[in-house]
Amino acid sequence: MTASKDTGQPQLSSKPPVSGRGWMLRGARAAISIPAFILTSAFVGFAGMARETGLSLAETLLMTGAVWALPSVVVLTGAMASGMGLIPAAVAVALASVRLMPMTMALMPFLKVPGKTKTWHLLIASHFVAVTAWVYAMKNLPDLPREVRLPFFIGFGGGVTSFVFVSTGIAYMLVERMPPMAAGALVLVTPVYFLCSLWGAARMNADKAAMISGLLLGPLFFLYFPGLDLLWTGLLGGTLAYLVTRFWRRGLS
Amino acid sequence: MSNLMTETWWWPYVMILVAGWLATDVWRWLGVFAGGKLREDSELFIWVRCVATALVAGVISKLVLFPQGVLGDTPIWLRLAAAALGFVCFLAVGQRVIVGVLSAVVFLLTGWWILGS
Repeated sequence: MTASKDTGQPQLSSKPPVSGRGWMLRGARAAISIPAFILTSAFVGFAGMARETGLSLAETLLMTGAVWALPSVVVLTGAMASGMGLIPAAVAVALASVRLMPMTMALMPFLKVPGKTKTWHLLIASHFVAVTAWVYAMKNLPDLPREVRLPFFIGFGGGVTSFVFVSTGIAYMLVERMPPMAAGALVLVTPVYFLCSLWGAARMNADKAAMISGLLLGPLFFLYFPGLDLLWTGLLGGTLAYLVTRFWRRGLS
Repeated sequence: MSNLMTETWWWPYVMILVAGWLATDVWRWLGVFAGGKLREDSELFIWVRCVATALVAGVISKLVLFPQGVLGDTPIWLRLAAAALGFVCFLAVGQRVIVGVLSAVVFLLTGWWILGS
């Protein structure tokens, strides 16, 4: 993209001039990491689930690459399995992925070179915002010179996505040859992965309360109000958790 | 009507692109445009996070209680115990996701194998 020489910032001119493409490659190399492997195992679990649900290989891969956020992917799979309509499914997926907006917002100040970065570059980069790449970027981008962060992040996000994409495809094809028990165990990977990573990502009591209320209300609404049960679980469970913990935090103000 | 739509080959792709890709990426794009204008720790976002968390948690318990395919053949208590054990192990080792996932899978497979033989 830009060599760091002509920026006029003295601390950057001492860096060896590596091209934008070079930084993309460095990002892709950094993508070979423990969090990426854990994410891969979760998507391998999703491949098992998608297969059991009756999604084709092409559908599974399109979902992996185009949606690229495991909660949304799993919600969408559930919606398609239960024959949900387009609009309710879109609302459920949108509700499950609102968190991507504050995450992207928090990341932008690190990626942007004010007055220089093109918005469409940021829009492309934003597709890679999902928990794994985001946590890594928030932690490591500040150590890099501002100019190279965007190519580095695109390389990292693209690296993780391609690796997961290929692994999901291979896993999908292997599930058929697996003994049924192994295929079944693979389906359990997704919920346990979420159980752990949601709890780990919880920043305050409100998040944990929301998680507990969702775990309890989900099956109840599924049994008594099937169809839009996920929407109700999210809206009612989430609002309830928010109100109760807000009362704890700040009383009735 | 819905039967007719679900039977055409292209309908799943419309679902994935509209209800999946658009419904997800729209938040990322909004995040790019709103960057720096909204506070991430505002009450609105705390509520939004609660709704999203509860929704995904609902998916988790549905996946454990009413799974698709062969996993549905296992007794419900075995699945619940496996998920609970995975979560406890995850907490016990200082919140390492991989430990939680592996212990749940190993427990499930062991229990399944003992019950089946």
